Amino acid sequence: MQVETARPVGRHLLEVRDLFVEFHTRDGEAKVINGVSYHLDPGETLAVLGESGSGKSVTAQAIMGILDMPPARIPSGQILYNGEDLLAMPEEKRRAIRGSEISMIFQDALSALNPVFSVGWQISETLRVRTGMSKADALKRAAELMDLVKIPAAKARIKDYPHQFSGGMRQRVMIAMALAMDPKVLIADEPTTALDVTVQAQIMDLLADLRRDLNMGMILITHDLGVVADVADRIAVMYAGRIIEHADVHAIYKQPAHPYTEGLISSIPRLNSKGQELATIKGLPPNLMRLPSGCKYHPRCPYMQQPICTDVVPPALDLGGGRTSACHFAKEMLDGQLHR
Amino acid sequence: MANSTGEVILSVDNLVKHFPITQGILFKKKIGAVQAVDGVSFELHRGETLGIVGESGCGKSTLAKLLMRLEHPTAGRAVLNGRDIFKLSGGELRRLRRNVQMVMQDPYTSLNPRKTVGDIIGEPFEIHTEVAPRGDRQRRVQELLELVGLNPEHINRYPHQFSGGQRQRIGIARALALKPEIIVCDEPVSALDVSIQAQVVNLLEKLQDELKLSYIFIAHDLSVVRHISDRVGVMYLGKIVEIGTEEEIYERPTHPYTQALLSAVPVPDPDARAHRDVIRLEGDVPSPANPPSGCRFRTRCWKAQEKCALEEPLLIRRAVEPHPSACHFAELKHVVA
Ligand SMILES: Nc1ncnc2c1ncn2[C@@H]1O[C@H](COP(=O)(O)OP(=O)(O)OP(=O)(O)O)[C@@H](O)[C@H]1O
Ligand SMILES: Nc1ncnc2c1ncn2[C@@H]1O[C@H](COP(=O)(O)OP(=O)(O)OP(=O)(O)O)[C@@H](O)[C@H]1O
Ligand code: SF4
Ligand code: SF4
Ligand SMILES: [Mg+2]
Ligand SMILES: [Mg+2]
Repeated sequence: MQVETARPVGRHLLEVRDLFVEFHTRDGEAKVINGVSYHLDPGETLAVLGESGSGKSVTAQAIMGILDMPPARIPSGQILYNGEDLLAMPEEKRRAIRGSEISMIFQDALSALNPVFSVGWQISETLRVRTGMSKADALKRAAELMDLVKIPAAKARIKDYPHQFSGGMRQRVMIAMALAMDPKVLIADEPTTALDVTVQAQIMDLLADLRRDLNMGMILITHDLGVVADVADRIAVMYAGRIIEHADVHAIYKQPAHPYTEGLISSIPRLNSKGQELATIKGLPPNLMRLPSGCKYHPRCPYMQQPICTDVVPPALDLGGGRTSACHFAKEMLDGQLHR
Repeated sequence: MANSTGEVILSVDNLVKHFPITQGILFKKKIGAVQAVDGVSFELHRGETLGIVGESGCGKSTLAKLLMRLEHPTAGRAVLNGRDIFKLSGGELRRLRRNVQMVMQDPYTSLNPRKTVGDIIGEPFEIHTEVAPRGDRQRRVQELLELVGLNPEHINRYPHQFSGGQRQRIGIARALALKPEIIVCDEPVSALDVSIQAQVVNLLEKLQDELKLSYIFIAHDLSVVRHISDRVGVMYLGKIVEIGTEEEIYERPTHPYTQALLSAVPVPDPDARAHRDVIRLEGDVPSPANPPSGCRFRTRCWKAQEKCALEEPLLIRRAVEPHPSACHFAELKHVVA
């Protein structure tokens, strides 16, 4: 893909290359991931942004190897970890990497804790299963991890049950579990959507500190453009199972190079957008059973031009500086020369 | 107050809702109470939007349910068009139910999946037959669909055939069916994507202008609340801690909690990162069953002093600013980037 030729720097910590995922459903094949490519280096935060159903979580599940297959199928694509393809390596090796070096905080984390076991037990079990640590050592490490994620009086709370923790605290516990194996890659799937702004700010701070201190690469999945602007280094915007724009965070907010990104950014109410009608993206998210021809965004795009947009799938155009956009008119858009 | 005429339509006075905490199975003994709403007062004007913001569990939905008379208050009054809504019964209560409607948070579960859109929107007419005579209903439902920007021909479709944003429009159409004066919106756009959220917010604003509706708009997204509200009340642990015009709350907040809340809102501008001065609150919201003495915010407040534990700060005008603030040490601090 274009992303690669633009970055001759060799291999990345993690790289998804032209990934496709389909789900077999009663009504036919749902083409959920349609050629996703993105990469991650140590110590950086890549935000994956996109509306509900665009495929953010499914891509992450493919990386983690936790897709149910069937109904899911990966017809093609690569997931390279330090240059080695997770999809092609022997099962045992793959499991070792996924169990320890790549870790994920799940979208529905708040319900992921088991209510009948103490929090400390749940963290230490993760450790025992993965490393064969002794029970005493695992409990000690669990307390350290709870301390690392700033749970006050961690040692004393290790025997507490999930219901004795607030939402923010439970999210910290989930982060502690994800960190149990000192991962190199942390995938955080909507880690703060269920939390209040003040607690959200605490958790995002915590993740930023951990990423820096442990030199992890972090993939932050979200649809909150505010959170992204606060913490991300780079952004990959997803639409209908494909990265349609990929850029440095500052560049993308200054001047989007894809009409969908522009639509997203302009529909956020800002603290000072008082009295104006909010910009909207017309129409509906695409039906994955019957994806539109050509550019998947064309039925909603204010700049759509026939026949090129309806007939030709736009390639990811290299715009320089690691920036790509899958729009036929990306260059014009970037130069401010595209008009409705 | 851009839209409002100044006429007070609803006046809420010292509203209290405590949920008893009981122990024992056979002989239930009351061992405490969740102070979900504890002495809330405000006025709502005709044609105005009053935003209510605050963290999870601070009592926003309980307040909404009280105003809908889905919960009975422990104490307090809410006077609508001159009558206390908690004293109404029979025909008067039915008229209230017509007059105050609600849009729920979750467009995915709040609509009955087995009913057609026509049945869902027309349901209120079954109870309030005086609003639309039977023969007229289909036409009324189609008018409502059109009003909220849905295709009137889709009257026989089921909820699952619509997207989240469209389902929220269905909920709004149903709320409008009985021509209410007040609509209580409890997190109406929180479950929606930004692009869809913007459509629903625009629709609510358009309907307000056309129908002179008053909204109580509950949300935890402070940017959305500012966008739509004329006035805003900030809640913390069952109490309103600061209330004022949208501009007063966002530009000149004097309560430390409001200031912290505003400072923590992520700003969709990466260049602002370096200049932002986020106030980090320590710890969690205390349990509403056992709120701190004096000022309820004092366990997380960086300005707390002895007085704060001893004396409850009232929601009154403070020397620094004309709008009410429940802080002994209210002072101005500009926090919005
Ligand atoms: N097991 C499955 N069978 C069929 N379709 C599936 C399955 N799992 C996911 N999908 C579909 O794949 C698409 C992408 O889902 P995904 O969970 O990745 O979305 P997302 O971008 O994470 O959205 P959200 O922001 O709502 O979490 C959706 O349309 C979803 O319905
Ligand atoms: N029926 C009930 N019985 C006991 N406690 C209740 C009941 N309903 C609500 N509560 C409690 O009252 C408090 C306020 O709840 P409420 O639902 O009003 O909060 P909220 O501000 O709407 O929060 P959120 O933002 O999470 O929706 C919470 O502590 C809640 O647990
Ligand atoms: S390729 Fe055409 S339809 Fe697609 S985003 Fe660009 S202008 Fe719009
Ligand atoms: S009264 Fe005291 S504790 Fe409460 S907000 Fe003001 S300074 Fe803080
Ligand atoms: Mg997801
Ligand atoms: Mg609520």
